[in-house]
Amino acid sequence: MGMTIAEKIIAAAAGVASVRPGDIHTVELDRLMSNDGTTHLTIDMYRNLKNPRIADVDKLVWIVDHNVPCDSVKTAASHKKMRDFAKEYGIRFYEGAGVCHQVMMENHVTSGELIFGADSHTCAYGAVGAFGTGVGCTDYLYAMVTGKSWLLVPETLRFNLTGKLNDGVYARDLILSIIGMIGANGANYMAMEFGGEGLKTLNMSDRIAVCNLCVEAGAKTALMEVDEIALDYLKAHGREPKHVFKSDEDAHFAKVYEIDLGAVRPIVAKPHFVDSVVDAKECVGTHIDEAFLGSCNNGRIEDLRVGAELIKGRKVHPHVRFLVVPASAEVYRQALAEGIIDTFMEAGAIVMNANCSVCWGSCQGVIGEGEVLISTGTRNFKGRAGHKDSFVYLASAATVTASAIRGEIATADMIS
Amino acid sequence: MGSTIIEKIVRNNIGKEVHPGEIVTVNVDRVMIHDIFIPFVASKFEEMGFTKLWDADKAVLIYDHLVPASQVDDTRHFRIGNEFVEKYGMKNIHRSDGICHQLMTEAGYVKPGDIVFGTDSHTTTYGCVGAFSSGIGYTEMASILGTGTLWIRVPETIRVNITGKLPPNVMAKDIILRLIGDLGADGATYKALEFTGDTVKNMTVVSRMSMSNMAIEAGAKCALFTPDEKTAEYCGITLTDKERDLVGDADAQYCQVIEYKAEDFVPVMACPSNVDHVKPVSDLVGTTVDQVFIGSCTNGRLEDLMAAAEVLKGKHVAPFVKLIVTPASRKIYREAAANGTMAVLAEAGAIITHPSCGLCCGRTGGILTDGETVIATNNRNFLGRMGTSKVNIYLASPRSAAACAVAGKIVTLD
Amino acid sequence: MDRFTGKIWVLGDDIDTDIIIPTEYLALKTVQDMAPYAFSPLRPELAGQIREGDIIVAGKNFGCGSSREQAPEIIKALGIRCVIAKSFARIFFRNSINNGLLLIENDKLQSDVKEGDEITVAINESIECRGKQYPITSLPQNLVDILNAGGLVKAMQRRNGLV
Repeated sequence: MGMTIAEKIIAAAAGVASVRPGDIHTVELDRLMSNDGTTHLTIDMYRNLKNPRIADVDKLVWIVDHNVPCDSVKTAASHKKMRDFAKEYGIRFYEGAGVCHQVMMENHVTSGELIFGADSHTCAYGAVGAFGTGVGCTDYLYAMVTGKSWLLVPETLRFNLTGKLNDGVYARDLILSIIGMIGANGANYMAMEFGGEGLKTLNMSDRIAVCNLCVEAGAKTALMEVDEIALDYLKAHGREPKHVFKSDEDAHFAKVYEIDLGAVRPIVAKPHFVDSVVDAKECVGTHIDEAFLGSCNNGRIEDLRVGAELIKGRKVHPHVRFLVVPASAEVYRQALAEGIIDTFMEAGAIVMNANCSVCWGSCQGVIGEGEVLISTGTRNFKGRAGHKDSFVYLASAATVTASAIRGEIATADMIS
Repeated sequence: MGSTIIEKIVRNNIGKEVHPGEIVTVNVDRVMIHDIFIPFVASKFEEMGFTKLWDADKAVLIYDHLVPASQVDDTRHFRIGNEFVEKYGMKNIHRSDGICHQLMTEAGYVKPGDIVFGTDSHTTTYGCVGAFSSGIGYTEMASILGTGTLWIRVPETIRVNITGKLPPNVMAKDIILRLIGDLGADGATYKALEFTGDTVKNMTVVSRMSMSNMAIEAGAKCALFTPDEKTAEYCGITLTDKERDLVGDADAQYCQVIEYKAEDFVPVMACPSNVDHVKPVSDLVGTTVDQVFIGSCTNGRLEDLMAAAEVLKGKHVAPFVKLIVTPASRKIYREAAANGTMAVLAEAGAIITHPSCGLCCGRTGGILTDGETVIATNNRNFLGRMGTSKVNIYLASPRSAAACAVAGKIVTLD
Repeated sequence: MDRFTGKIWVLGDDIDTDIIIPTEYLALKTVQDMAPYAFSPLRPELAGQIREGDIIVAGKNFGCGSSREQAPEIIKALGIRCVIAKSFARIFFRNSINNGLLLIENDKLQSDVKEGDEITVAINESIECRGKQYPITSLPQNLVDILNAGGLVKAMQRRNGLV
């Protein structure tokens, strides 16, 4: 019987001809990403090992992105630990270059790779057909020391995309709709695979946004069929694909969904669950205190362009703090060159350096008791963006920017 | 007998001659309150029994220390500030436009000869345009908001005369650090500083600002420059005769006169952990650097960013070293973006944040830990100011700081 | 009230406002919340050791740095009866008077005493320690008025007819 993309990547990484969902395999990993959320814990465990060694230092990429610039003495100590260790062992190290997943996409990930990241949104790498999955620091440590790990082969959910998103509807609306449809545990342990004619209408930024958020449906990984658009992206960043896999005709899918992109509408995920989605119109008029345009999910140049176009010549509502945070330093430089940074600055936004910012709920733009944030971030869990009694709505760059202008939740078509 | 600048300002304000040591009540022209203290000002104001501001247009509220909020209770300050503004009909509020002292001069809130108080010690900054400005606590601020007046003791004046041409690579920051080193951290306590000489006449208003800003680090009550055509241009005004007359008279009484030759200045740094612990950069060469911070109300202006960019152009920050750039205001950020300075800084690997107090106030923006060293362009290197008490903070000019970022250690500019 | 005795804590020169209360804790809601962090960069244990009625004896330029009025408020909240230093920074001086915290300038005492000594202060007259007398100068009348009113808030309340 045929295999899905996820199965093929695992089979290749395990050095076997075929795998089936439910099998457990020992796999060779291509890359190991870790960030300042947990690396200090990994280092502590590493230092306690009897015979510590790193299997292949070239596979390691460490990225300081969660609290940049550093916001407390506690964080400063963990950053220093990470920096010193990276220096000692010669580990590829980034600090201030942007959110880890964006930095990985820009510099490291390629098609067919199997990647562990000590961060749940590692599934973003599926946008170029890489199997990325989030792990805890114990799994990470084992992989770091041995270069290997074990994986349970997941079932695959297949999403056949058809049609094209309407104007004013974005990839973020698409993935939030899908999560709403299948639920926050709808893809638990599974791979979410995307293909079909509709995929060709999505650019790389859209694809990263879709794959990145699949963990919010519980997915182990997200994978997209690799096409010219993906290959061009890799080429533009100076990389070759490792493998280009496609699911076989007779591959087994746990379920197949047909998604008409033309039917997707602007969506808002209400507090405090990502799958608590409604038509954005239902939230119109909800008071907001802060708006956030950024994150590994929606802080790319394409997202900033959407926001900038909407806000150009307009002002941020005086009672709203509008945080604009490019996903990477590369995105920042591009936005600077295009005049987008100035458009946001002129409008009264708070433009920060590339980092996780309020999506991570620490360090930059945290919200206070009873406050409401509308965000392009990844999560709206209770307390995620600051005070335990605060509220986060998730929406597209367009909806977030429109809301920042109006001082309450608004859709882009309401801005004239 | 003649008068010093501060004596003239106070005289013009109260309408009678004054002498050092006298305690007088002045009429306040402008006040500045920032986000950290607004909750305290608001509650003291009401506790005192006031029901309206003496003059709502003369009060300015600026959010800068807590932008963007880094702790969950920070936004409480914004809420209280917004409520206060609304309740008492204030119009002058800046919620994310930059650092208070930059905005006070840049946005035209301060004119030569004004008497201005702010809930921040670096309020001395406005002396760069010939205003008497000084820092006070929130209780006094609350009483000014109600009465429009404050008692002051007329200070003695120390005159600092600088003549000649500055060597290349010496910035205003090197001058003020040297002066603080010479005077000591309390060398000008309760006193006014008055800067004269062709060197300061030839300086931009912005360079003068770096100097008046740091006068408090020698304990000074204020630091004054005579308003000139550059001042007029900066403030967007035409100088009146009264403003032109804000010059120390030849027969004025100074408690001390310090003479410097510009040619004698060299790039310096204030070493841990006192601002008056000043040494030539050449004595510090080789010290390992973990982070560089360019920003603050002392040195976050366009000419500072451009000076740093000149050093950084075509180069990259050393591996494992962070360069954090925090422009002093939204206007400066935009100007630096427009003239290509930001692109140079970004290419060099700088982490560019939104205009605010940032690391200088030590709440976020690049906190450090034990054993780390930071070269910073701001005004204070007190123990624990930017992290643990085992962080080494060196204060330097933007030019020196940028060179250290590239080298990863303290280096001289040549 | 004009005469009191207390145990002393001895500090050095240039005790700045960041030492008295680091910025990290400045946005805590009340002075009571901040008080445990007083002097933490220099002596983290000190805030917990100070008892009601104790006295701080320090070197020159006490309270230099920022305008943060929490500095004198916290010292007062810790129970410190008065601060005696060789000299004070001006903003801290004003803030202390406005909050009713007594400050005394004396340039000899700090070099003669040891931490834990008991001293007796006679306001506007002298300090006595180990049998030795240290004369002190009196404050200007306008400051005495504010102190006598119980601080600037009370003085303003009187002005506004609240008391």
